Amino acid sequence: MSEQPGEPLLEVRDLTVHHGQLRALDRVSLRVFPGEVYAIIGANGAGKSTLLRTIAGLHRPTEGSIRYDGRDMTRVRPERRATGGIAMVLEGRRLFGSLTVEENLQVGATYARQGPWTIERVYELFGWMRERRTQRAAQLSGGEQQSVAIGRALVANPRVLLLDELSLGLAPVVVQRIYAMMQQILASGLTVLLVEQDVSQALRVASHIQCLLEGRTTLEGRPSEVTAAQVEAAYFGLPPGRHGGAGSPSQGGPGGSGGMGNPPRSRGGLGGIVPPGETEREPLWSGSTTSSRGS
Amino acid sequence: MVWVNDIIQGILTGGLYALFACGLSLMFGVMKVVNLAHGDLAVIGGYVALGVITVTHIPVLWSFVIVVPVMAVLGYVLQRTVIQAALDRSVLTTLMVTFGLSVVIENALLEFVSANSQSLGVGNAIITRSFSIGSQIQIAYLLVLIFAVAVAVLLGLQYFLSRSKYGRMIRAVADDREAAQLSGVDYRHVFGIAAAIAFGTVALAGIAYGMYSQFAPTTGTDTILLFAFAAVVIGGLGSLWGTLLGGVVLGVAQQIGAQINISDEVLAGYIVFLAVLVLRPQGLTSRRAQS
Repeated sequence: MSEQPGEPLLEVRDLTVHHGQLRALDRVSLRVFPGEVYAIIGANGAGKSTLLRTIAGLHRPTEGSIRYDGRDMTRVRPERRATGGIAMVLEGRRLFGSLTVEENLQVGATYARQGPWTIERVYELFGWMRERRTQRAAQLSGGEQQSVAIGRALVANPRVLLLDELSLGLAPVVVQRIYAMMQQILASGLTVLLVEQDVSQALRVASHIQCLLEGRTTLEGRPSEVTAAQVEAAYFGLPPGRHGGAGSPSQGGPGGSGGMGNPPRSRGGLGGIVPPGETEREPLWSGSTTSSRGS
Repeated sequence: MVWVNDIIQGILTGGLYALFACGLSLMFGVMKVVNLAHGDLAVIGGYVALGVITVTHIPVLWSFVIVVPVMAVLGYVLQRTVIQAALDRSVLTTLMVTFGLSVVIENALLEFVSANSQSLGVGNAIITRSFSIGSQIQIAYLLVLIFAVAVAVLLGLQYFLSRSKYGRMIRAVADDREAAQLSGVDYRHVFGIAAAIAFGTVALAGIAYGMYSQFAPTTGTDTILLFAFAAVVIGGLGSLWGTLLGGVVLGVAQQIGAQINISDEVLAGYIVFLAVLVLRPQGLTSRRAQS
């Protein structure tokens, strides 16, 4: 399955996580190699965020292990993982609202590792940020907050960047703009593990995808290796016989379940962007992340 | 002229109340801990000062050089052990734990230092005297000093919180603990620092109170804690300068109450406290509740 050379940077093995009685993750495994963009897709409640939060150390697994850079991280406290090089952008931005933009970045840089990212460089990446650095984070728009949240993670100079639902609650234009930044971010040698409900977005940026459904892995592979029909079946949990063809499920109930709690524009994104039967897909990292091919 | 005197005395006493209140406000603002042992800690500060003065014979005014660091270390240790253990369970547990601490401290003090009232005598220094303005206004140097110390402490705290690295981390942790953790910040250490600062300020308050008045093992809960609470609530929770405003309002209300009838001093303070709770529950300065 993995033709990748060398050791994985991040390896999750048989991870099971419970929220009380609920089994949020059920023996999920993954291997992320240096330089990869690894995307976890899946509907609401599939366990994507739980997976990322457990890797970051915010949840304790009931079973399984997390290895990072050859070390066992399963019982390590979240702040130690952060200083060790695992940074995470939480769902919903989660900035320090009463702090200014610059102070948010300064907190991110407090325990930074050596590396290319500085507050100065984040200002260069996001042009608007410098002149608004004294503004309180709570006063920014959603997209601006997301940029600051990414910047706050970058200045720690992580080796692995965990991104949880970057697109959630943001206008499509803003999402495109943020994902367009990804190439510059990746050029600095980062490895990215991201969770995304917007499947088209994930397929566009990822070098490897893994689909979760009710806490289990239902599909895994390179975006060029999987068909749209396979993704659809894995995403909605359809029986394997119902590939593509007539009766696209994205127009019915299941499409709605994928967009619960989201703005309507991202609803059914799967069906709209990867229509059943379509086999061709844009090449990865073709520089077309800003193309208007999206919704 | 009598009223002017009352107001001046009230304002100056407000400085002492602010000194009591700012640590309470800080601990609530940062870790959501309502420290019911706060008053007893001030009393401990007073007794530690008494001990330090007896042993080392340093002047009372300089006892804070030893007492404040000692109390700060105690604050860090208590936060990292007992209070953090309570926080890990739930915020409500901290109420019971700090109440328990209060009971333990009070009874331990009764056991070891007796129920007799003590004070920190400043001898015949200039600080014990007062100056007069006109014939009716007499102002004690000590009260002026305490007020100045309170303002200095608040200024220092504000500077620390807004400018220093640790102050920034304290604010970040208060805003979003998880996000701070993901930036590598050990929030338990930050909580410890906040508690150390709170204990340091309450130690200062305890020394000030010991010079200004008398204290006994029970003074912590029956006077200091209640005044501190009243000052925090009047001023607005989580607002540093609000504690000074709250302390001043409480002090002035008490002085005016005492002027009307000497037995109404404490009552008048609580009437204002209740009025603020009813009419402006977010406190006089709180911005957060208004938006």
